Amino acid sequence: MQRRSPYPYWFLLPAGTIFAVFFLVPTVASFYFSLTYWDPFEARFAGFENYQQFFSEPFLARGVMNTLIFAVLTSGLKTVLGLLLAVLLTSGLLGQSLLRSVVFFPVLVSTIGVGLLFQELMHPTEGAINVALEAVGIDGPGWLTNPSLALVSVALVDVWRGVGLATLIYIAGLATISPDYYEAARIDGATRWQQFWRVTVPLVRPATTTVIILSLIGGLRLFDLIWAMTRGGPGFASDVLASVIYKQYQAGFWGLSTAGNVILFLLIALLIVPLALHLNRREADL
Amino acid sequence: MTNRLTRSTALATLLALSGGALSAQELSVLIDNNAATQAAFDALIAAYTEQNPDVSFDIELRPGGGEGDNIVKTRLATGEMADIFSYNSGSLFQALRPDRTLVAIGDLPNVAALNESFLQTVMDGEGNVYGVPYEAAMGGGILYHVPTYEELGLEVPTTWEEFMANNAVIAEQTDKAPVIQTYRDTWTSQLFVLADYFNVQAANPDFAEQYTANQAHYADTPAAQAGFQRLQEVYEAGYLNEDFGAASFDDGLRMVATGEGVHYPMLTFSLGSIQQNNPDLIDDVGFFAQPGDSADSNGLTIWLPAAVYIPQSSDNIDAAKDFLNFVASPEGCAAIVAANGATGPMLVPNCDLPEDVPTAVSDMLPYFEREGGTAPALEFLSPVKGPALEQLTVEVGSGIRDAASAAELYDQDVAKQARQLGLEGW
Repeated sequence: MQRRSPYPYWFLLPAGTIFAVFFLVPTVASFYFSLTYWDPFEARFAGFENYQQFFSEPFLARGVMNTLIFAVLTSGLKTVLGLLLAVLLTSGLLGQSLLRSVVFFPVLVSTIGVGLLFQELMHPTEGAINVALEAVGIDGPGWLTNPSLALVSVALVDVWRGVGLATLIYIAGLATISPDYYEAARIDGATRWQQFWRVTVPLVRPATTTVIILSLIGGLRLFDLIWAMTRGGPGFASDVLASVIYKQYQAGFWGLSTAGNVILFLLIALLIVPLALHLNRREADL
Repeated sequence: MTNRLTRSTALATLLALSGGALSAQELSVLIDNNAATQAAFDALIAAYTEQNPDVSFDIELRPGGGEGDNIVKTRLATGEMADIFSYNSGSLFQALRPDRTLVAIGDLPNVAALNESFLQTVMDGEGNVYGVPYEAAMGGGILYHVPTYEELGLEVPTTWEEFMANNAVIAEQTDKAPVIQTYRDTWTSQLFVLADYFNVQAANPDFAEQYTANQAHYADTPAAQAGFQRLQEVYEAGYLNEDFGAASFDDGLRMVATGEGVHYPMLTFSLGSIQQNNPDLIDDVGFFAQPGDSADSNGLTIWLPAAVYIPQSSDNIDAAKDFLNFVASPEGCAAIVAANGATGPMLVPNCDLPEDVPTAVSDMLPYFEREGGTAPALEFLSPVKGPALEQLTVEVGSGIRDAASAAELYDQDVAKQARQLGLEGW
C-alpha cells in the first residue's frame, strides 16, 4: 500500500502556477508561433514554411558549424585551463586567496562590458593588443575584422571570462579528494605527474562532468558576447545560431526566429542529454 | 498602472496646490540617438515651450538601425509607445501598420502644405497622413574632402571611370585613404549599392515595379548588380582606409572632415553630425552624386526624411498633435535649421535656408533644381528590402565574397522578406 503524502496536493499550486504561466505556456505557445508568419500585429498560419526557410537560410549551415566550433573550443579550454588553475591555486602558493579572486573576477563583470572593452583592445590599428605587439616588432592581425580569426578571438575572450567559474568548481572538487590517496601514491613512489594523472584527474571526475556540461551549454547558446564584439561579422563570419535567430527577430520575422529557437532547443537537447547520460554513467562505473 | 495612477494623483494634488494651471502636461518623446536628431528636438522643444510654458517634455533615446526598429515595433504593439516618436518614412513606415497603430494628423493646418512627395511616404492606402518631417531631404552619394581635391587639381567626377581615376591619383600622390569604409557600423557599408539607384533607374525605368513583383532581381539585372561591383572594385584596388573593418560611422565622418580619407559614400544627414563634431571643418566637406557609367545620366539618389508620429495608445493626443503642427510650421523648421545648419532642402514651405549653407549642401541643391536630377531611393518605391544587405556589403567590401555571389544571396534574402510580409507573387 502506498503511503499518502502528509501534504495536500494544493500545496503545489503556487509553484505550479508560476511554472505553468512563465515556462509551460510560453514553451507550448512558441511551438505554435513557430508555425506562423508573426509580426507585432498578427500571426498568419504558415505550416512548416518557417522551418523550411530556416534550413534553406544560406548562412545557417555556417552558423551551426560556428556554434559547434565555439562550444567545443571554449568548453575544452575552460576544462583544461580550469583544472590546471585549480591545481595551481590549491598548491599552497603565496597569495593564493588573492590569486583566486583575480581568476574569478572576470566572471563578475558584465558580459557586454567585457565585449566592448575587448572590441577596443582588439582594434586592428589603435587597440592596445596590436600596439603592444607592434612595440616588439610583430604586425598584429585584425582580431575581429579578419573573417577567419573573428570567431576564435571571441572564443578566447569567452574563455578568459568564464574560466574562473570552472576553476571554482574544480577547487571545490579537489577539496573532496582525501589526502590519503596522495600519501599512498607517494609511498608507492609516484611522481607529481603520476599523482596528477592517476589520482587527481580520475577523482575530480564529478567536477569535470559539471564543468563540461555547463560550459558546453553556455557555449551553444552564447549570444551577448558575440553580439557585443562582432555582431556575427565581418559579414557572417562569426554568426552562431543565437545571432542568426536574433537577426531574424530584428528584421521583424518573429515566426521565423521562433522556429530557429525551437531548433536551437532541440539541438542543445540532442547534444547534452546523451552527453550527460554518458558522463554520469562513466562516473558510476568508477 | 498603479504607478501611473499614483503619479497622476500626485500631479493633481500638486496642481491644486499651485492654483490649478490645468493645462500643464508632460509629453514623452522617443527619438533615435543620432546627434543631429537630438539637437533638432532640443531646439524644437525649446522653441515650443517658449510659446507653451505649461507643456514639458521627457526625451528618451533609442538606437538607430535594426535594434531601434525592434524597440519601436515592440512598444507600438504592446501599447507602451511614447506620446511622440521618430521613425523612417516610406516602406519601413508602412510596416508599422499605420491605420491600426498611429493617429492620422492630416487635419492639422500646417500638414497639408508639406511637400507632396514627402506626404506620399507617410500616407496609408486611404490617403491618411501620419507624420511630419523633422529633418531635410537627403542625398545619398559621396562626401569628399575639398582641400585635397584642390591640392591635387582634381575635378568632381561624373562617371565611375573618372571617380576611379581620381582615386588612383590620390593613392599615388598622398598617403590618404582614397575611399573610407566603416564596418563597425555595418549599415554604412550599403551606400555604394543604395546610392547607385539613380543609375539603376536611369538604365531600367521599370526596375522598382518589376522588382516588387518578383520579375527583376539584383543578380539578373546588370545595372542593379553594378552597385555591388563598384564596392568590389574599390576594395580590390586597395583604396580603403586601413582600419575599415573596425572604424565607426563617427570615425568616417572625422576622416572625411580632416582629410585622413578623401571619399566617404554616405547620406547627407551626416552633415548634421559633422556640424556638431567638427563645426570648423564643415566647409571642407563637399558632395557629389554617385557617378554611373555615363555622364549623360548623372543624378542624385535621394532619401525622403524620417518623421515624427503619434501612437493611438497615447494619453495626450491633442497636445502631441499641437506639437507636430509646430514641427511642420516655418518657425519649427527655422529652429531645426538653426540647430543643425542646413543639411539639405527642407520640405516645410516658407522655410528658407540661410545664405551661407555648408559646401556639401550647396553642392547638392543643383541636383534638386535640375529637371530629372534626382530619383528617390528604391526603399521609397518598393516595400521589398532584405535585412541582410548590410552583412553582404560588408563581405563584398572586405573581399570575403564577390559581387555576383552577393547579389544572388541578396535576392534570396529579399525573397524571404517578401514571403514574410505576405506580398503578392513571391
